[in-house]
Amino acid sequence: MPAGPLIALAFAGLAAIVLVGAVWVVTLGNLFRAALSLGLVLLGVAGLFILLEAEFLAFVQILVYVGAILTLVVFAVMLTARVPSNPEGGVSRQRLPAAIASIALFVVLAVVTQALTWPTEAPTDAASLNALGQQLVKELLLPFEVISLVIVAAMAGAMAVAVPRK
Amino acid sequence: MSVFRLLLLLNCALFSLGVYGMLTRRHAIGLLLAIELILNAAALNFVLFGRLFGQAQAQAFALFIIALAACEAVVGLAIVMSLARSANTILADRVQLLKG
Repeated sequence: MPAGPLIALAFAGLAAIVLVGAVWVVTLGNLFRAALSLGLVLLGVAGLFILLEAEFLAFVQILVYVGAILTLVVFAVMLTARVPSNPEGGVSRQRLPAAIASIALFVVLAVVTQALTWPTEAPTDAASLNALGQQLVKELLLPFEVISLVIVAAMAGAMAVAVPRK
Repeated sequence: MSVFRLLLLLNCALFSLGVYGMLTRRHAIGLLLAIELILNAAALNFVLFGRLFGQAQAQAFALFIIALAACEAVVGLAIVMSLARSANTILADRVQLLKG
């Protein structure tokens, strides 16, 4: 992995973008703004993918997440804008217990993961796109086919659910 | 403290924020947004450890996560649209009918 002050600065900036965006996603009352800050988080994660030398994944992230899923979410938000919901955009009353529970979860996860050790020396090469493609058509062929089946099933199911019945 | 450990902390924070969103949001689309946060934390963790150990398989699984997230968003939003039409609400705790 490349090192240096500039890379560290990029990491810090992207991490800040991701964190602030994630906080906005879960706290903003206006759902449209929450969806747009999800876009911020997704772009930040794509940047982190690039810094972790997974460029292909970064492009897929931008194409699929920001390009497709976020557009879909924004459309759904606008199409359901007239459906009555409570004025504060559906943020519930149980904020304090939820905050306590998620902070406890964060502490547990942080303690467990920071206790991990791994051989830090011997910096390995980044996995190439070639190796990724080889994995997809050789070792992970079955999961790959299952995913395509799931996508077809999801599309058919979405159409069956969304089309109004008489 | 290495960059990897800090990114690991960032992933934990992202995951916990997603769980917080799942617990507090009542709006169905808000729940979907929180799920996207959780899935992104998982994908980032896969890529992080894949980079650490030089494994291409981790990136393949992150790819699968992105594909599954797309499926989940499509089905979830279809359900939300149909819910808005049939039950005239999109608050997840306001839906009490098993019979459509």
